[in-house]
Amino acid sequence: MDLPIETASRSLPLAAKVKRRWLDERLLAWLISLITLLPLAVVVASLLKPQGEVWSHLGEFVLPQLLANTFWLVLGVGVGSLLLGVSLAWLTAVYDFPWRKHLAWALALPLAMPGYVLAFVQIGLYDYAGPLQGLLREYMEDTRWMPSIRSRWGVILTLTLALYPYVYLLARNAFLTQGRRALEVAASLGLSRRQGFWRVALPMARPWIIGGLTLALMECLADFGTVATFNYDTFTTAIYKAWFALFNLNAASQLASLLVFAVLVLVLLEQKVRGDRRYTSAGRAGAARPERLPGWRGWAAVAYCLLVLGIAFLVPMVQLLRWAASVAAEQLDLRYFGFVGRSLLLAAGSAVGVVVLALVLAYAVRRRHDLSSRLAARLATLGYAVPGTVLAVGIFLPISWLENGLINSIKALGLGQPTQILQGTLVVMLLAFAARFLAVAYEPTQAAMERITQSQEEAAASMGLGRRAVLRRIHLPLLRGGLLTAALMVFVDVMKEMPITLMTRPFGWDTLSVRVFEMTSEGQWEIAALPSVAIVLAGLIPVILLARETEKQS
Amino acid sequence: MKFRPLLIAAALTAAAPAFAEEVTVYSARIEALIKPLFDAFTKETGVQVRFVTGQEGPLMERLKAEGANTPADMLLTVDAGNLWQAEQQGLLKPVKSAVLDANVPAHLRDPGGYWYGMSIRARTIFYNTKKVKPSDLSSYEDLASPKWKNRLCLRTAKKVYNQSLVGTMIVRLGEQKTESIVRGWVNNLAADPFSDDESMLKAIGAGLCDVGIANTYYYGRVMQRDPKLPIGIFWANQQSSGTHVNISGVGVTRYAKNEKGALRLMEWLSSEKAQNLYADQNMEFPVNPKVKPDARVAAWGDFKHDYVNVAKAGELQATAVKLMDRAGYR
Amino acid sequence: MTETLLTLDQVGVAYGDKPVLEQLSFTLAEGEIGCLLGPSGCGKTTALRAIAGFEPIRAGRIRLNGDVIATADEQWPPQQRGIGMVFQDYALFPHLTVAGNVAFGLGSLSRSEAHARTMELLEVVGLAGHADDYTHALSGGQQQRVALARALAPAPRLLLLDEPFSNLDVELRERLSGEVRDILKARGTTALLVTHDQHEAFALADRIGVMAQGRLKQWDSAYALYHEPNDRFVADFVGEGTFLPGEVLAGDLLDFELGRRALHAGHAFAAGQRVDVLLRPDDVLHDDASSLKARVVKKAFRGAQFLYTLALPSGATVLSLVPSHHDHAIGEAIGIRLEIDHVIAFA
Repeated sequence: MDLPIETASRSLPLAAKVKRRWLDERLLAWLISLITLLPLAVVVASLLKPQGEVWSHLGEFVLPQLLANTFWLVLGVGVGSLLLGVSLAWLTAVYDFPWRKHLAWALALPLAMPGYVLAFVQIGLYDYAGPLQGLLREYMEDTRWMPSIRSRWGVILTLTLALYPYVYLLARNAFLTQGRRALEVAASLGLSRRQGFWRVALPMARPWIIGGLTLALMECLADFGTVATFNYDTFTTAIYKAWFALFNLNAASQLASLLVFAVLVLVLLEQKVRGDRRYTSAGRAGAARPERLPGWRGWAAVAYCLLVLGIAFLVPMVQLLRWAASVAAEQLDLRYFGFVGRSLLLAAGSAVGVVVLALVLAYAVRRRHDLSSRLAARLATLGYAVPGTVLAVGIFLPISWLENGLINSIKALGLGQPTQILQGTLVVMLLAFAARFLAVAYEPTQAAMERITQSQEEAAASMGLGRRAVLRRIHLPLLRGGLLTAALMVFVDVMKEMPITLMTRPFGWDTLSVRVFEMTSEGQWEIAALPSVAIVLAGLIPVILLARETEKQS
Repeated sequence: MKFRPLLIAAALTAAAPAFAEEVTVYSARIEALIKPLFDAFTKETGVQVRFVTGQEGPLMERLKAEGANTPADMLLTVDAGNLWQAEQQGLLKPVKSAVLDANVPAHLRDPGGYWYGMSIRARTIFYNTKKVKPSDLSSYEDLASPKWKNRLCLRTAKKVYNQSLVGTMIVRLGEQKTESIVRGWVNNLAADPFSDDESMLKAIGAGLCDVGIANTYYYGRVMQRDPKLPIGIFWANQQSSGTHVNISGVGVTRYAKNEKGALRLMEWLSSEKAQNLYADQNMEFPVNPKVKPDARVAAWGDFKHDYVNVAKAGELQATAVKLMDRAGYR
Repeated sequence: MTETLLTLDQVGVAYGDKPVLEQLSFTLAEGEIGCLLGPSGCGKTTALRAIAGFEPIRAGRIRLNGDVIATADEQWPPQQRGIGMVFQDYALFPHLTVAGNVAFGLGSLSRSEAHARTMELLEVVGLAGHADDYTHALSGGQQQRVALARALAPAPRLLLLDEPFSNLDVELRERLSGEVRDILKARGTTALLVTHDQHEAFALADRIGVMAQGRLKQWDSAYALYHEPNDRFVADFVGEGTFLPGEVLAGDLLDFELGRRALHAGHAFAAGQRVDVLLRPDDVLHDDASSLKARVVKKAFRGAQFLYTLALPSGATVLSLVPSHHDHAIGEAIGIRLEIDHVIAFA
């Protein structure tokens, strides 16, 4: 099926062709997936050493409740982020109403707010001892009758608000790139815009929506910080309990392996169901002309967007700023330049690196389209489904083996007395972030790749462009939106990331999220607000850039 | 001497000058609490202190993975349970020091010399002064009595502080008795367990619950920010075992490159001049009996410690966790 | 006479301040196939999209079956117009099978009815065997047929086709355009086609409108457009031909290099006016007996015929279609004769 491109490379001298063969796309895909597979293998290898005693205890007293909790959480967050993400994306992509352009980018802002930060802000605001109920108690006897934010619905709400931007960003990208033609055809066949949404826009956006949902749910499954703040026990709670309380890392890794397998099965199932369908845009690209929502309907749309934005971002941000302001005088010092600088450097470096890896992966899958490459890509993205701390250990172990091997052989050869070679370098950190966040970059990249038609590639190849030239001149420009989304999400995720940063950072390399960790680990929310605000503000830059870019595209 | 290949990143890592003596510390205690101490130590001795902070579990895994090549000379962490685990996993090395023996009371250090407590943290009972008279209160065990039905608040059982508290109760009362007490606590809860002590104390202040158990320094912080809150401190079990105390402490790593430096730092930390700095930063109590606590802390009054060796809590941590799981304490 | 189905009355469309369509008026009768023909950028696709409801109109009105479906103030949404459309790029849904695409607009039918209709249309377009394929596996011609079947399936009152064959090769284009005409005529479907290719227009349409720069120049049969163009642009755009200078004489006569002929009826020229006379290649016959001689400048072999470009003594050129057994060399002078009663001239 990729004959024309083969034809182009056939004109190469034989030597060049042979030389190229060994590093074909499939091999490259597997090499990249090794970055994730090695740490995962470390985690999964734990299954070889059964921990019967811990398991029987967990099985009897802990797991039943946790599995139920996890089920409700995943269900709630899944449905919630789908509803919020898709509805907001649709609204801002095909309708026109006051402030639409500003709301469209602002609605991605909650992405910059780490889930654990949103959690402590929400609890701080709405719990019994918080300002809202305190105010109410000045007018009434008691507020005990109010539903507690520290409950199942509270966690679901908070995680939904923190994670819906994944679905929103990807779905919006899909709606803007699926071509106005698709909706016009639907209209010419007698479908209203609403029917067109259900029958055309939604099915054609499927890879994007599923991609966003996959990210949201993987993060939800692997989350510990948010649920711990709510003291809501999920499957990850069992993992941490096995490790930190029962000091059985092996059992913890076994639990984490189960999580990985569950996610893998779900992801492969989805691919199976997707089957032979393709998701290129129908007809010429270009977004549909937004339809003006007249009168009250326009203002209702504004109100809906503002409501979500308010609860998910504006109100928490005001609270964070108030806390931050109260401690800024004693906490804010010159070192913050360092924290911010290192955070930005790490986030930007990882964003570029991880997106490049994801691009290669998505390209390999497209070129090969065989089971092997697809499996490689799927495995490479599983790092996101493992609780960060467990993955951090998984990453640290193989690096330590390598490190110790290197050090010992250098010593044995009498070449010196090294203490550290790889460890405590940024290279290790960047690799670790790649293992964790490949999924985040891969989903949007892969979804965008779906929009490129084969004839576009073939046309380029027929004009004598080689593979790399096709990649550079056809794929890259067409993937621009998807790649930017990917880079933004990785950037913001690295800014927020804690466990890997904690474990692999070089001496003295404290970042904003390390600051947040230090303060929240001591329950000092007010002080933690300061670095949190800095994380959010730094995350705003790429969010706004991305939003501009998306508008330009449409 | 250091060997650094030409890695781009190597230049970015904080390479200390090779001529200065250096001690490397892995710390589960946060930077804000330890940096002033290390700075003072460096100023006094000229020995540089390099450190990285993190969570206890990952830090220990890191030590383990690095094995003989670890750069760390010293492990600093909170809770005897963690220190006991570090020793059990072979991450620490025993040291003998007359200075440490003199400065750190026996129940606050490892009998084998693997680790030494550096500050004391007491976990006791707090109450809403508008709703509870101190005379109503007596012991941790008493909080399981039906008179506290719907009046008790607790932090989550997942926090090691509670696991240690329950661990020492198992030492004193046995598993069965302890389990029924924990069940009693769970029955008395006025709200779901909190994820941190400060939120729980604020809930007591707001009147959601009347009594609760927390570490004293959280109380100090909450009251410092809002002195008008109606929260009182009560020293638990003064008529019996004494109030549960735990430690933050340090140990020399098994493969320390600079064992002497690490020991010197430990001795200095336990000394009179460092103890106040160490404990007062976080409103904890000094381990060194010759050192008076901070005025804010002293104002809470003297109290009798539970003299069960804190290592015992570490040993019993897993037992305590399982017991709390059985009792439905989340 | 059959009933009028579609009426455009002084329709205008603008993008921002730029008018793209002005005073467009024509009618299309029930069962008729119309065509808007013109170079790219002439506004023909905009006209089609305005009829379909994808472009709001700024002036005039569009009537379908007696209903006013669009004015400057009020537009029916596309889905309520009952107008089907085949898009230039087909715009097939990549996530649906061939049958899924065709059945897409059949929501009002029951499942079994929809299936029957789908299969019937796939039969009509000759793709019954591909019902369960995804569209990316089809050839261009097959995709075109799926698009046609999909648009026909809901039995629209009017079918619009936007450059439906432009993505296909010439051979396929000719075959398919014949097929499409047969299908449309067999079903009695009223259709409006947009194209820049006059052969396509001639092959498919009953009535053709030539457009230029947003205006309709002439709305007529193919014969009339070719032989009786009422506009110099139309004469130039449709068919081949040359212009020779001439002078209007009294009595509706015209004098030019090849003789004197009667002017077409209804001309508005004054005696003595200088005009240009349109000569089609089939107006100039080769006749060895003729005293009128012209020199062969260029020749193009067209199978049954040669198309000669001939230079008259004055230096002006004319075209002539000559049966191909008359093979003359370039430079040779051959006799010609004018086979025309009324000439068309433009000022």
